[in-house]
Amino acid sequence: MANYSLLIDYDYCTGCHSCEIACQQEHGYPVGTNGIVVKEYEYEAGGRVRIDYLPFFTPHCDLCKDRRTREPTPACVKHCQSACMEFGLTKELAARMGDRNRLVLYTHNPGR
Amino acid sequence: MNSTGVFPTIAWSAGAGCHGGCGQKVFVEQGKMVRIEGDENHPWNQGRSCPRVLALTQYMYHPDRITRPLKRVGERGEGKFEPISWDEAFDTCEQRLNEIKRKYGAESVVFAQGTGRDIGGPITFLAYSFGSPNWCQLGLSGQSCYTPRLGSMKSVIGDFGVVDCSQFLERRYQDPEWVAPEVIIVWGQDPPNGCPDAFFGHWIVDCMKRGSKIISVDPRNTWMTGRAAHHLQIRPGTDGALALGMLNVIINEGIYDKAFVEKWVHGFEQLKARVQDYPLEKVAAIVEVPADRIAAAARMFAKARQAAVHWGVPIDMCPDSTAVAHAIICLWTITGNIDIPGGQVIAKPSHGVSSYPYTTEELLQLYGEEMIGRLTKKRIGADTYPMVKNFRAWAHPDMVIDQMQTGEPYPLKAAWIQTANILGGQAARAGFHYEALKKLEFIVVVDLFHNPTSMALADLVLPAATFPEKDSIRAWYAPLSIIQKRVQVAECKSDWEINFELAKRFNPEGLKQWNTVEDMFNERLAPSGMTFQDLRKLGGWKMAGEGPSRPYRRHERGLLRPDRKPGFNTASGKVEVYCDTFKSWGLDPLPFYTEPPQSRTSTPELYEKYPLVMITGARSQLFFHSEHRMIPWLREKMPDPYVEIHPETAARYAIYDGEWVYLKNDMGRVKRKAKISRRVKPGHVHTMHGWWLPELQGKAPDLFGVWDYQINKIIPGPQCSKSGFGGGQYKTTLCTLAKIED
Ligand code: SF4
Ligand code: SF4
Ligand code: SF4
Repeated sequence: MANYSLLIDYDYCTGCHSCEIACQQEHGYPVGTNGIVVKEYEYEAGGRVRIDYLPFFTPHCDLCKDRRTREPTPACVKHCQSACMEFGLTKELAARMGDRNRLVLYTHNPGR
Repeated sequence: MNSTGVFPTIAWSAGAGCHGGCGQKVFVEQGKMVRIEGDENHPWNQGRSCPRVLALTQYMYHPDRITRPLKRVGERGEGKFEPISWDEAFDTCEQRLNEIKRKYGAESVVFAQGTGRDIGGPITFLAYSFGSPNWCQLGLSGQSCYTPRLGSMKSVIGDFGVVDCSQFLERRYQDPEWVAPEVIIVWGQDPPNGCPDAFFGHWIVDCMKRGSKIISVDPRNTWMTGRAAHHLQIRPGTDGALALGMLNVIINEGIYDKAFVEKWVHGFEQLKARVQDYPLEKVAAIVEVPADRIAAAARMFAKARQAAVHWGVPIDMCPDSTAVAHAIICLWTITGNIDIPGGQVIAKPSHGVSSYPYTTEELLQLYGEEMIGRLTKKRIGADTYPMVKNFRAWAHPDMVIDQMQTGEPYPLKAAWIQTANILGGQAARAGFHYEALKKLEFIVVVDLFHNPTSMALADLVLPAATFPEKDSIRAWYAPLSIIQKRVQVAECKSDWEINFELAKRFNPEGLKQWNTVEDMFNERLAPSGMTFQDLRKLGGWKMAGEGPSRPYRRHERGLLRPDRKPGFNTASGKVEVYCDTFKSWGLDPLPFYTEPPQSRTSTPELYEKYPLVMITGARSQLFFHSEHRMIPWLREKMPDPYVEIHPETAARYAIYDGEWVYLKNDMGRVKRKAKISRRVKPGHVHTMHGWWLPELQGKAPDLFGVWDYQINKIIPGPQCSKSGFGGGQYKTTLCTLAKIED
């Protein structure tokens, strides 16, 4: 069975919120429910203040199961303004992670 | 209009609200928009969308949306309105405005617009058909938004410049002619937070991925500044000093582009002399950034093969902002970056079409010299300020509101306020605007939701359309596009439809050559050789081919000047770093720096009382200015208006995170929730503008809580420079923090 994932290059996540609203629109989720929630982090590094963002996936994320019967990409991936999310086979995405920095792989295998 | 299907269009109107231009796909089922997604075939956004577009179904079909014309039935501000027909609405407007015109002259009616979406076309059309020259962005102190930069670019270069993110090329990043800028100075703009002035913010992020290094000029810490090679964290309002200091380094170290300066720059020696007044140590003390960091950034910019500046509204809000813009223009000019791949490309309206006539040049093209000349005579501010007279055909907003209060030199009696929430939005000294506007005899508000302005002032409210509900044209800057109507929501009409109908009533003879709005679009599209229907068949947009609207190096190829000679579109044919045009208007022909009107050095006593510099107006993807607070998916992500306070400052005032506090000064106090954050320096606080709470009571005096939350209530009027542009004190007003003890 094919396992799918989302790969997030979170160095480029700008906190633009597009993924969150895309998911809510796609699923018709009301306020308070979302497959993806973006968190802000503020810290110091190298004498500078840094503001980073990282999307977090909740159990409401079904990897756009229905949508993918008609569209190639999940709603969040398509609309991400930084184009920092990729959708694909877990194995293939994982294989491409090795030589890159600051990535997060989110797997979702319902029923297992 | 098909009732079911998927249709492309362009976002540039209420709905997203932005300065737009991206391609969107509207999913329609039985006449209703059920979903909206980015258009992956559109070169602008390549499938991407912002939160406000993705939440558009909640906006268009919101239960509070105004969907029929309304007339006031109670007292002004009582919040009592009754639906009427469009016929009655148009009849009332025609009759009341014509009556006022007969008694006081057409100039006694002010036509007020909001932010820069497709409103510029229809509102000029209506104002001029009625005969009033007094069209303006009422409340925007000093016209401090892009106008100063535009006016300066037009005067110095003869055209406008933007950072080249391949936006003029259909194949975008794949086009072999394009290279990524080696360095981009992101100056007073936060690209991930929206799309300013015909620019998709994340194009900067696209360039970073393709190797562009960033120099950030920003008093705050953001996602972008943390990733910049240099972050110049200047004191708000000192941008001009920084630019002059950088010029000093580049000129004195001889690291400018000598060949370009020799051939294409007018007045370099005078500029060289002027920058000697800004030695680095002096500049460092003004801007509060160490000299060696300024020098390092200046060198990095100058030595890049191709580099550009992406700038924002804080420049317009500096005192003498045209001079600040002038200094920054000199930076990209003397380093030879104009109109080269990955540099500062010249941006012209696509195909020579004018959709938003913001220069006098464009208005002359549309309306002719006789009419514009006649209107300028009565235009408020044209006599006083040279750039108001010569560059942009707006009335001067601060003078308009003063004149409304005093009735001098002539009375103002009515206002047509179109998609502009003056009281809840841009009006500095918002309370004064309220008092002055209340004196008017007749006020029409065209909008999509009730807001503090419509509640407080409207005698008549007309329901406007979002972009999927309207036809319109866009040529700012590329590609040439059409907005295509895909659905109808109740009785809402587009700004163009409303204004065209009323304009025809005011001036039936003058407008008889057009039967429909589309006839007029076709006339405006004529320079492109295409009609509205042609563009529809092409899918709604067309990128300009070889010619004046397409880069690169157009000055060498004779594509910038009307006489088709090589050179820039200025009198000398060169970039006038010593600007003869400014000189002819009685302005300083060279850039200079002015200290903000309120600061530690200019008002030490005030500073003692109010020791915090209040920065307002950073953008968010969730809200456009004063809009969108009623959209559930958006408001969820930022429920409260907050103020960013540095931990040291918070400790000094004994304020804890999440506490409600007042920001206050001599003009009053405004509520905010404390967000303790290192985003700001200890001496600064930052808060967003445009807050009013649609969930609170609308009728006066509450007006949706506007007097508790509208930060512009405590922003003073302008320090207008001699040019008339700039000096809105939105970034530099002094204040203090106080606990709310209830
Ligand atoms: S993959 Fe689909 S369900 Fe999961 S977060 Fe993205 S949009 Fe939501
Ligand atoms: S859409 Fe992309 S960039 Fe924006 S918040 Fe989500 S992951 Fe980050
Ligand atoms: S803000 Fe940007 S993405 Fe959103 S509608 Fe405007 S141009 Fe499009």
